[in-house]
Amino acid sequence: MEQILLGAVSLGLLWSIMTLGVYISYRVLDVADLTVEGSITLGAAVTARLIVTGGDPYVALVFSFLAGLGAGLVTGLLHTKLRIPALLSGILTMIALYSVNLRVMGMANISMLRMTTAYSIIGSLLGVNKTLSVIILGGAMALIIVLILYWFFGTEVGSAIRATGNNPFMVRAQGVNTDNTIILGLMLANGLVALSGGLIAQSQNYADVQMGTGSIVIGLASLIIGEVLFGKRNFLSRLLSVLFGAITYRIIIALVLRLGMPADDLKLFTAITVALALSLPRFKDLRDTLKVSMNGRKKHA
Amino acid sequence: MLKVEGLTKIFNPGTINEKTALDDVSLHLKPGDFVTVIGGNGAGKSTLLNAVAGVYRPEMGSIYLDGKRIDRLAEHKRAKDLGRVFQDPLMGTAADMEIQENLALALRRGKRRGLGWGVTAREKVAFREKLATLGLGLEDRMSVKVRLLSGGQRQALTLLMAILKAPKLLLLDEHTAALDPKTARQVLALSDHFIQDLGLTCMMVTHNMRDAIAFGNRLIMMSQGRVILDVEGDEKKLLTVEQLVKLFSSRSGEEVNNDRMLLG
Ligand SMILES: Nc1ncnc2c1ncn2[C@@H]1O[C@H](COP(=O)(O)OP(=O)(O)O)[C@@H](O)[C@H]1O
Ligand SMILES: [Mg+2]
Repeated sequence: MEQILLGAVSLGLLWSIMTLGVYISYRVLDVADLTVEGSITLGAAVTARLIVTGGDPYVALVFSFLAGLGAGLVTGLLHTKLRIPALLSGILTMIALYSVNLRVMGMANISMLRMTTAYSIIGSLLGVNKTLSVIILGGAMALIIVLILYWFFGTEVGSAIRATGNNPFMVRAQGVNTDNTIILGLMLANGLVALSGGLIAQSQNYADVQMGTGSIVIGLASLIIGEVLFGKRNFLSRLLSVLFGAITYRIIIALVLRLGMPADDLKLFTAITVALALSLPRFKDLRDTLKVSMNGRKKHA
Repeated sequence: MLKVEGLTKIFNPGTINEKTALDDVSLHLKPGDFVTVIGGNGAGKSTLLNAVAGVYRPEMGSIYLDGKRIDRLAEHKRAKDLGRVFQDPLMGTAADMEIQENLALALRRGKRRGLGWGVTAREKVAFREKLATLGLGLEDRMSVKVRLLSGGQRQALTLLMAILKAPKLLLLDEHTAALDPKTARQVLALSDHFIQDLGLTCMMVTHNMRDAIAFGNRLIMMSQGRVILDVEGDEKKLLTVEQLVKLFSSRSGEEVNNDRMLLG
């Protein structure tokens, strides 16, 4: 059981970086960006390709991040310069990335078994096992990224990006080119998602062209779980809640699997969870109207 | 200060919904002009202000601000010389950001934004002073999210953001129409105070004829995308609501619609 829990925490930390990316597009920019499904695989593909050709695993992660920036750039350009709706722009890049990822890998999947990864380096340095080294590296990176994002969104550029998600009309009236802020936000989001993809691939010693399927829903589920359970007081606590949400999601999944749910049903389970969570406000409305009409009836009686 | 020449804006050209919102409008504002703009619903008042601000590209005509041609410039590039307040109080501010963050966004209008702090400690001191001039107590709530403010407070904040950098031209588009009468009067008085104090050039759309006469040094009336009346100075000061109503029907061929143009 402890092993399962530690495994879930380590996986949650790696996916939390992807969830931070989803937070930037979905919550900060207010764009449902499906590029994510392709860019997480892109990150994995780039890392895997570089590692099997003898590249340094840390340098590989840098390239994964850069590749993700590129994916976000493409979606951003499609959306802002060519005026294609954001959802469709994301889908187009996602589909295009499927072919790109196959080309990057040269095949449908790459195994990195017994190769040097970022974790094996930490493992032999600190003398800890694989799971612990994933937790150490994943945790350190997630925390550093949270701090960087906290700083960045407090800067002039970061404020302009936040305001763009809030009210693009007002932002233009204040002299900001919203095309640029949207592109920048999407780049940053997908850079993080791809970095997360690289970290995940190294942890499972494996990259697969299918691994991104459904990842946007996992990101949203983690995001919402974090918001519901850990509140959203100030910006730092929001970012941290994203991190805890991703870990909690993995623990929940580990538990339901252990309780006997077939692994094939996982995505259905996640989708239903997200649908329920997203409709929570609607249920609250319904409850309130019910209450009001009940009270009304009482008064009339 | 502002020179508009032969401005024509057609929405949905070539379709069944084609609408000429501005029809060969020419207008020349001198520095310090405070022009009130009246006209019926759909007369093209908002379209005129939005065309100047760069929300829409006109089909024909040119716009010069302070001698510089601006009608080909993108909206965000014109923003540095413009201050704008809109009819909808939700439109001028970022709801999920703090009062001071909104002001800081406005303070950087026309400047390159980099990785410096979004709001500095020194700016906060200055903002506190400026907010106090609104007389709404917002100076003690600077880190409150704008979402929590009332419509009037948001509109006063938007006004402050609009004049923070003393724009070359202030565009007010029925900015008090959505407020209750008392708040509307307050925001209008504040607007007038800032305009006089900073000597701003301003175009203010209003549907209240009495306000249109009482404020500013010049009044224009629009109908069907055209300027049908342009009076200034003493001639404007001596106008009465009755005269305006008469002028409106004789020149536009329409009756004054009471819902839209308040006579009182
Ligand atoms: N974005 C738009 N698309 C199509 N038609 C528009 C648009 N904006 C305004 N119009 C039309 O142009 C005309 C002038 O509108 P507007 O300038 O908003 O009038 P006013 O502000 O004087 O009430 C109206 O007939 C309106 O329906
Ligand atoms: Mg209007």
